[in-house]
Amino acid sequence: MISLAARDVLHTWGKFVFTGVGLGLLIGVTLTMAGVYRGMVDDAKVLLNNSGADMWVVQKNTLGPYAEPSSVHDDIYRSILAVPGVDRAANVTYLTMQVRQGEHDVRAMVVGIIPNSPGEPSHLLAGRQITRSHYEAVVDIATGFKLGQTIRIRRHNYTVVGLTRRMVSSGGDPMVFIPLRDAQEAQFLKDNDAIINERNRTAANPAFSHPEVLDAVINSQSSNPFVNAVLVQIKPGFSAEKVAEPIQRWQRLQVYTRDQMEEILVAKLIATSSKQIAMFLVILAIVSAAIVAFIIYTLTMGKIREIAVLKLIGTRNRTIAGMIMQQAIGLGVIGFVVGKVSATLWAPMFPKYVLLEPGDALRGFIAIVIICILASLLAIRAALKVDPAEAIGG
Amino acid sequence: MEESKGILIEGMRKRYGEGDTAVDALKAVNMHVTPGEVVGLIGPSGSGKSTLLKCLGAVIEPTAGRMTLGNKVIYDNGWQIKDLRALRRDNIGFVFQAPYLIPFLDVTDNVALLPMLAGHSNAESRKRAVALLEALDVAHRAKAMPSQLSGGEQQRVAIARALVNQPPVILADEPTAPLDSERALSVIRILNQMAQQYQTAVIVVTHDEKIIPTFKRIYHIRDGGTHEEAGEGQALG
Repeated sequence: MISLAARDVLHTWGKFVFTGVGLGLLIGVTLTMAGVYRGMVDDAKVLLNNSGADMWVVQKNTLGPYAEPSSVHDDIYRSILAVPGVDRAANVTYLTMQVRQGEHDVRAMVVGIIPNSPGEPSHLLAGRQITRSHYEAVVDIATGFKLGQTIRIRRHNYTVVGLTRRMVSSGGDPMVFIPLRDAQEAQFLKDNDAIINERNRTAANPAFSHPEVLDAVINSQSSNPFVNAVLVQIKPGFSAEKVAEPIQRWQRLQVYTRDQMEEILVAKLIATSSKQIAMFLVILAIVSAAIVAFIIYTLTMGKIREIAVLKLIGTRNRTIAGMIMQQAIGLGVIGFVVGKVSATLWAPMFPKYVLLEPGDALRGFIAIVIICILASLLAIRAALKVDPAEAIGG
Repeated sequence: MEESKGILIEGMRKRYGEGDTAVDALKAVNMHVTPGEVVGLIGPSGSGKSTLLKCLGAVIEPTAGRMTLGNKVIYDNGWQIKDLRALRRDNIGFVFQAPYLIPFLDVTDNVALLPMLAGHSNAESRKRAVALLEALDVAHRAKAMPSQLSGGEQQRVAIARALVNQPPVILADEPTAPLDSERALSVIRILNQMAQQYQTAVIVVTHDEKIIPTFKRIYHIRDGGTHEEAGEGQALG
């Protein structure tokens, strides 16, 4: 038996292909939306992987340092190092801000690190790691900065000494690594006018009228002994939970293991965005189904007389239903191929990372086939209701 | 036994609706067309021609009466054969006013589709189709699409499709309406030749004055009833 669906498609291939391309662009948008979500999750995981930490020690009762602000003293890492099972511990700061290079601004996450410690970028594409205590930077290539360029963060200029890649915040902003001291200053210190103003206000306060008290207060205001978190690596053979317990209990701090931090980043930080994207996916699926249903219904209605003749000359209902369903699936397959190719081509142009996973493509393909089958039911119902008597005049 | 061949209709009635709104579209129709015979069925609009054609075509069920195709009883006063779809496929050929060829199949496959639907192989079906197309002098257009054919060629392909499963009866509904005199007579000539060659009973529903004189027998249908009369039976040349 010949394939009626294939013959019909070949007969009107232009209309069919153009319709498939239109549907494909919509499917491409759907696959890209899924890729945006995957990219967000991957960014979150990359942030954890690149930190090189097994545990994050942050301010008590916060979800810091990525999901909520967190501030801890920069000397607590010493006591953490003394906890059994802790291999390495290092202070780190995170601050999302505009980093300036010449006339250009780049939204970036400035990370303050101690060279050769947890938090340092794990791999470089070019250049070297930070070796000096001040005014050097390693940047993600997504910032667009190049080796040797000077970038400005707050009041200071930094020389780009190394380039890395896929070092991004959970929001997808590329990272700029600078020495911890510089980062603390950038994050916590105020500008000169603000400092002078603060000193004058303090000096005018009668409570601090004693000169030694006033000096002590002003000194404390001028120093910045805070970091956002302490990154901890644990020794082999120790469990993160066991090591975390004494730190939480005695240091009055919050400790998150890697699994807990992943939960915070994926389930909490990007939860709203995920729901937003899920809503888009549902709407796009409904729109795709409606388009397929409309197209197949219209194509079928255009063949009512032929369907009546087919029924009159003895064609089985299942042959007619199969013809319509095969066409709907064919339209979906064309749409999927066009959509996959489109998404693959335009994904790199997006400012944030779009991760197109083969598993998503497979799930998308299955969903499209199911949607096409469901969408064809309306047309099949109409075709099966056609009376073969319509082929006979009168 | 001879009487049971061809198509035999006895006391066929068809009523639409019930009670006060009931309409009797057919009232005691009697017809008999023997194998190889071409008869005309004529009547004014609203006389019941289309209803009769639909009953003969096993598309709608008559309210009462009996219909026999060859040796097969199709209807018998409320009883009807089970698989009307297969009956239409294997036992009734249809030729319409417009050819209604399937636009996305070429000429050969338009004809071969019926044997394929009946379960014959593609090769066997196409062989039968080509043989008929040769008999109808359209084999040279075997690979053409219907839209590439003239009206006369399309109608010949439609006749080939009606004949391909060698049904005992062909129902032709105004087959010459869109054709000029020459082509109309050509179609009737072909139907007569094919009826003779394949021993098929052919019923031609028509208003076409050009072809009415060619029938040897004519059934007039009026107010749901039929009466038979002899036709002129003009030679078709």
